Amino acid sequence: MPTDPKQKTKVYWKKNLQTLVVLLLIWFLVSFGCGILWVEELNTIQLGGFKLGFWFAQQGSIYVFVLLIFAYVFWMNRLDRKFDVDEE
Amino acid sequence: MEILTWTYILVGLTFALYIGIAIWSRAGSTKEFYVAGGGVSPLANGMATAADWMSAASFISMAGLIAFAGYDGSVYLMGWTGGYVLLALLLAPYLRKFGKFTVPDFVGDRYYSNTARVVAVICALFISFVYVAGQMRGVGIVFSRYLEVPIEWGVVIGMIIVFFYAVLGGMKGITYTQVAQYCVLIFAYMVPAIFISMQLTGNPIPQLGFGGEVEAGVPLLDKLDGVLDELGFAAYTDGRKSMTDMFMITLALMVGTAGLPHVIVRFFTVPRVKDARLSAGYALVFIAILYTTAPAVAAFGIYNAINSTSEKPISELPTWVQTWENTNLIQVDDKNGDGLVQYLPDPNQNELQIDKDIMVLASPEIAELPNWVVGLVAAGAMAAALSTAAGLLLVISTSVSRDLFKTFKPEISEKKELLIARIAAAGAVVLAGYFGVNPPGFVAQVVAFAFGLAAASFFPVILLGIFSSRINKEGAIFGMLVGLVFTLGYITYFKFISPEQNTAEYWWFGVSPEGIGSIGMILNFIVCVLVSRFTPAPPASIQEMVEEIRIPRGAGKAIDH
Repeated sequence: MPTDPKQKTKVYWKKNLQTLVVLLLIWFLVSFGCGILWVEELNTIQLGGFKLGFWFAQQGSIYVFVLLIFAYVFWMNRLDRKFDVDEE
Repeated sequence: MEILTWTYILVGLTFALYIGIAIWSRAGSTKEFYVAGGGVSPLANGMATAADWMSAASFISMAGLIAFAGYDGSVYLMGWTGGYVLLALLLAPYLRKFGKFTVPDFVGDRYYSNTARVVAVICALFISFVYVAGQMRGVGIVFSRYLEVPIEWGVVIGMIIVFFYAVLGGMKGITYTQVAQYCVLIFAYMVPAIFISMQLTGNPIPQLGFGGEVEAGVPLLDKLDGVLDELGFAAYTDGRKSMTDMFMITLALMVGTAGLPHVIVRFFTVPRVKDARLSAGYALVFIAILYTTAPAVAAFGIYNAINSTSEKPISELPTWVQTWENTNLIQVDDKNGDGLVQYLPDPNQNELQIDKDIMVLASPEIAELPNWVVGLVAAGAMAAALSTAAGLLLVISTSVSRDLFKTFKPEISEKKELLIARIAAAGAVVLAGYFGVNPPGFVAQVVAFAFGLAAASFFPVILLGIFSSRINKEGAIFGMLVGLVFTLGYITYFKFISPEQNTAEYWWFGVSPEGIGSIGMILNFIVCVLVSRFTPAPPASIQEMVEEIRIPRGAGKAIDH
């Protein structure tokens, strides 16, 4: 952890961006990926009564979206505390 | 008791509740009027956001839209939920830290320019008006179908109710009524869905019943694919739209959702940055409950509709078909005179016309539920329409009083500003009501495009304003204008000037007008970055402001004007 406040802010922002990139990558993969681009390939796999690609497009992607936001909340709260920029 | 009596009782009770809340939560200051004093809990804000977001169209029409579109309907499901991820990760926390009251506030301050502010106000007003007219129409339609009053009267009654809590209570009144409205609408949506799911598949959870079996070893979706295929329709789980178009429409809806001013402004109402993040999560949970149920309702609905009518004698159709024939939502026409109903893709032979709204509106009757459930669905549809209308009206009134009046006449007193905000809200209610009674032909067409416009105008400049300190006012103004003009031009051309050319053959890059907002957004980004590169960097104070909004600490004490 850098001690210089300016440097600290920079590192904090970089960590924040890394978190965003990871989460948005997943966001893209479950919706545009599984739900649209690879839907036909995934539809050959059966998940219960669903074709997998169809399930991602109409159910799965939405569940993952919810999880992504809560993961973001959790990580950012931890990051804020670590860099001492959290709110009291 | 009769359906009509139940409907009057339930709709009346919910209205009384909304008015009660409005009186209890009257706004006393501009801060209360604009952002409910900034002290709303993340959970309440999540619920309010969900109600704000889910309109009459989500409640009444979406399931039907998906029922007839099958897999293609996924664009709405992914598009209207995925946008919340963008909102939570890229916009909401930073805008909360910025700590003012509106989207044009941010654009005007970040780009140190009143021209940018005015361009943003015009975008916000345009998007909100288009959208609110559709809501008022929705209120009128629900009234006329359930309470048997003319559409005009329905619109007027809706106007009076919204007037009450939007004009009196401002954001504070709206927030707490929206919490109540969310509870009403989700209960009304889930009850019939649960019963239909149980009836068809034996599973009470619609999301699971969706993948359940209708007969031993045959999943509902496979059966549905088979039935549709036999009649000559495309299979339910297959797409008809091109992959490019699916991609672009989904993207436009997602980004548009994140750029809609009435949704963004909800995140100004919570106390801290971490609350803004969390409340976006809650909002999506509350939205997802309805959005994961809707595709199940869609599949159940179309399966039931075909099963109970196709190749059945006209004299023996179930009673709900006859009931809804009276409202013209279902039309049966025995073209070949064989006494049976044929549901076919060819319009010349098809004998059954089903309106998409029937999938939700008639669901209690299809599932043979008691009469009070019908009343409940009516109350739920009203809640959905009113909550969205109120949120939009607030954006309109705030834009006028704060972004226009206060900016150009900064010396007006708080009391006067509040009065102007109320007058603007009242004016907007009347105007929206007028469009609800006399809908200009373009409204229905254009509502879906509000998203494209929001995507092409706001999203890029807000995002770049946070994540880059180099973007300057020239870039932002040109970016917004190019995005808006391009998207509006493309939509106008294909929808109004040459509608006969509105086919994949003529579309640029195979992108339909519904999805063109994605291209508009990309153009906005490119123009914004390029113009900024060749013009002077923003002043040091702005660069400091950008640094500042990236850090959560200190949001609590942000700007109290």
